[in-house]
Amino acid sequence: MRLIVNGTTHEVDAEDRMPLLWVLRDILGLHGTKYGCGIAQCGACTVWLGGEAVRSCQTALGDVDQPVTTIEGLGAPGALHAVQQAWVTHQVAQCGYCQSGQIMQAAALLAATPAPTDSEIDDAMQGNLCRCGTYPRIRAAIHAAAAKLKEG
Amino acid sequence: MPRTGRIARRTFLVGSALVGGGLAFGIWRYLTPGPNPLKAGLKAGQAALTPYVLIAPGGITVIAPRAAMGQGAQSALALLLAEEMDLDWDRVAVAHGPPSATYYNGAVLAEGLPFAPTDRSTQAELAREAGDVLAKFLGLQITGGSSSIPDGFDKMRRAGAAARAVMLQAAAARSGQPLEALRTGASAVILPGGGRIPYTALIAEAAGIDPPADPPLKPRGDWRLIGREVPRKGMVARSTGTELYGIDMVLPGMAYATVRRAPQLGAGVDRIDMTRARAARGVRKVVEIPGGFAVIADNTWRAFQAADLVEVTWAPAAYPATTEAMFAEVAGSFTADRRDSRFTDVGDVDAMLRQDVPGEARGKEGGGQEGAVQQGELIAAEYRAPYLAHAPMEPMNATAWLKDGHLTIWAGCQVPLYAASAAAKAAGVPPEAVTLHVLPMGGSFGRRLEDDFIAQAAQVARAVPGVPVKMTWSREEDMTHDFCRPLGMARGRGRVARGKVVAMDLAIAAPSTTASQMGRLGLPSVGPDTAIVAGAWDQPFAIPARRVTGYRVPEMAPVSSWRSVGASLNGFFHEGVMAELIHAAGADPLAERLRLVDDDASRRVLEAVGELSAWGRADLPKGWGRGLAFTLSFGVPVAEVVDVEATAAGIALRRVYIAANLGVVVDPRNVEAQMTGGAIWGLGHAMGAEITFDGGAIEQGNFDSYPFLRINQCPVFHTRALEMGDRVHGIGEPCVPPAAPALAAAIFAATGKRLRQMPFSKEVDFA
Repeated sequence: MRLIVNGTTHEVDAEDRMPLLWVLRDILGLHGTKYGCGIAQCGACTVWLGGEAVRSCQTALGDVDQPVTTIEGLGAPGALHAVQQAWVTHQVAQCGYCQSGQIMQAAALLAATPAPTDSEIDDAMQGNLCRCGTYPRIRAAIHAAAAKLKEG
Repeated sequence: MPRTGRIARRTFLVGSALVGGGLAFGIWRYLTPGPNPLKAGLKAGQAALTPYVLIAPGGITVIAPRAAMGQGAQSALALLLAEEMDLDWDRVAVAHGPPSATYYNGAVLAEGLPFAPTDRSTQAELAREAGDVLAKFLGLQITGGSSSIPDGFDKMRRAGAAARAVMLQAAAARSGQPLEALRTGASAVILPGGGRIPYTALIAEAAGIDPPADPPLKPRGDWRLIGREVPRKGMVARSTGTELYGIDMVLPGMAYATVRRAPQLGAGVDRIDMTRARAARGVRKVVEIPGGFAVIADNTWRAFQAADLVEVTWAPAAYPATTEAMFAEVAGSFTADRRDSRFTDVGDVDAMLRQDVPGEARGKEGGGQEGAVQQGELIAAEYRAPYLAHAPMEPMNATAWLKDGHLTIWAGCQVPLYAASAAAKAAGVPPEAVTLHVLPMGGSFGRRLEDDFIAQAAQVARAVPGVPVKMTWSREEDMTHDFCRPLGMARGRGRVARGKVVAMDLAIAAPSTTASQMGRLGLPSVGPDTAIVAGAWDQPFAIPARRVTGYRVPEMAPVSSWRSVGASLNGFFHEGVMAELIHAAGADPLAERLRLVDDDASRRVLEAVGELSAWGRADLPKGWGRGLAFTLSFGVPVAEVVDVEATAAGIALRRVYIAANLGVVVDPRNVEAQMTGGAIWGLGHAMGAEITFDGGAIEQGNFDSYPFLRINQCPVFHTRALEMGDRVHGIGEPCVPPAAPALAAAIFAATGKRLRQMPFSKEVDFA
């Protein structure tokens, strides 16, 4: 099975029904994508398939027909994506475990809706659970990232 | 404060060891500083100036020996040290460091003492000091109880000042300048002419200098980091997927495992057939472990899959099989033989609550609700709280490697020394043959005060000697094998007269978290458990007749500390009954609490939340309701106001106002995050979460059946942190307890529905 992840092509020998999440983590060694629930209830495993945010725990390897982007492909510590920069500036993270998924979901939202309202943010982000309760800062950081992206 | 009882005739729990017994070890050992655990691991060219400062040519690492689990304590502890050592914050690295008794937590036992946080009597202060002594003897390196900052506030600053003194001496020796002529700044010693010697260039000289034992600390006016908005450590890693949590551990040749244990907690295997699992793709081994089995495979998913193929019958549970039977046990525990404590007994409560005492009632609510019995001006109500799971976002996991008789473990952990010892036992190696690396955690909320999963990883490693193995629980295993927050019930009675609350009698029944935890550590527990009544008995309200009685329910399912522990139930119980009394009195919830409060900081907190929320002046839209609650826990008085709107889709949380007194605010942005996060924790569970049992097994397995507040339900927050008094407090937990009763009061104001059991979703819908 051929898989393109963050622009790199991989040959993966695994079951078609193996979730993309575990292919990323345990076979490709990309640990930024997190396991939280395994049933698409928490969003910690959110990645992009093409440009769409999907739950990688519910995406079978055999169904991956587009390039995959993970948090590692969005930006890196020395080269932050605007959403990541806003996350850092607003000190969004507490434990941080859900934030890869939050950021991938937020970046997908901003790609589709460059200036989201609070209600659009709530709609887009409600599948991403945070038990530390970072939601108020997630809202603020998304607005800040939207403003930044608009500036260019 | 009300009289707190007769301490001389009581024994009490502090970590289940008697303070008196701890003192018998001898004061000399307490006064001797612990050895520096960093010395053993020093590489060439490095120096460990104190147990908290590791200095290498490439930079300075501050050891903040408390677990990183989202509460921000590591960064705040490092900040305290950096303040005194004059470190360049942007270039400071922070690490947990090796587990060591040197890093004992001297503040964690204070919450377990039968003295209210507001009690500053000699007796109370002596007991707190004894708690510190005992913690040192026990080598109690523990993260919990909102105690990292209270414990570390002086300790870390002194360590920083001592390290700075060493740097100054080293620079004096190097430069030939007199000590008095030297200054420090941005991780360097500054010479009289303006020249700088970076700390990292003084390692050789520093290695031979002993740090002073009691260096002077900066006056508050000179602080340039404490209380300022400085960047919290770890933000970039946690925003780029590069933080290494326990679950991300990788070692060459590593195997991947998962375990399943009896859903009937503590029970074992009756019959097991592992044949099919052993034949599954990628499976290396399937073995029995105590209470269940482990699958070791070549990736986590294959281990999960194969675990489903094991055919197993479990033994029955040793406790009541259903939630209904468990609550019946609780309800049957309000008896003399199960009475655990009565720390508060002020005035003649029995006389005040007699039927024939004349009184006056005003503004009573409509009757007829279940649990409410109204007898003239007497109020009686029964409250309930369910079991709750910690369910941190990162499921339990640990990586273990048993090689040549030595066991190395990597895991998130709040009790590293206990965990290492449990792992040694599980792997069959002596304690000194264990190395435990404590990694950052994807949440914990008290879950990793238990070391069950670490011992398990050691058992799994034993099955594949020489091979490192990462054991990861499925979410379902995690949720169904938690050590839950105990369930509990409260029966409240009270009297109001002439518009005032004049009597309150609160009886609380719950299993003892302390006894359950100590039992697992093989330690005895003696005396009453303050956790059963914490957040109720110690509240600063001078109601003329007042009594709080704790009843201990038998253990049933194992229970443990859950963010804010006993106060997580009792804040709801106490403030629920208080709200009903104030309502019956026809009084204003804020004004009546202000009339009753007898602690300055608590009064200021109530006033502050009144100002923040424009209490009494806010013009709430139609259909909205506003509720107030207050809880003093972990030494921190917290008042919260919740505004809700009754919409067609259900109750919507609109705004939350929080005021709290911390003494000193070390890291204001993190404090705000803990205040809002704590309230969200309290609100989110009160709204919809409960753990129930059937057939002895937990019925909720994942976030679909154990819901939590989502961003679309999240209110807007306004917070204020006060800095009153001479004591520093932690903020990880205290904002949890008042959230549920404030929400209940708001829903009552909006709908007239009085909520006496959590979760509230049993009786109202949420938008």
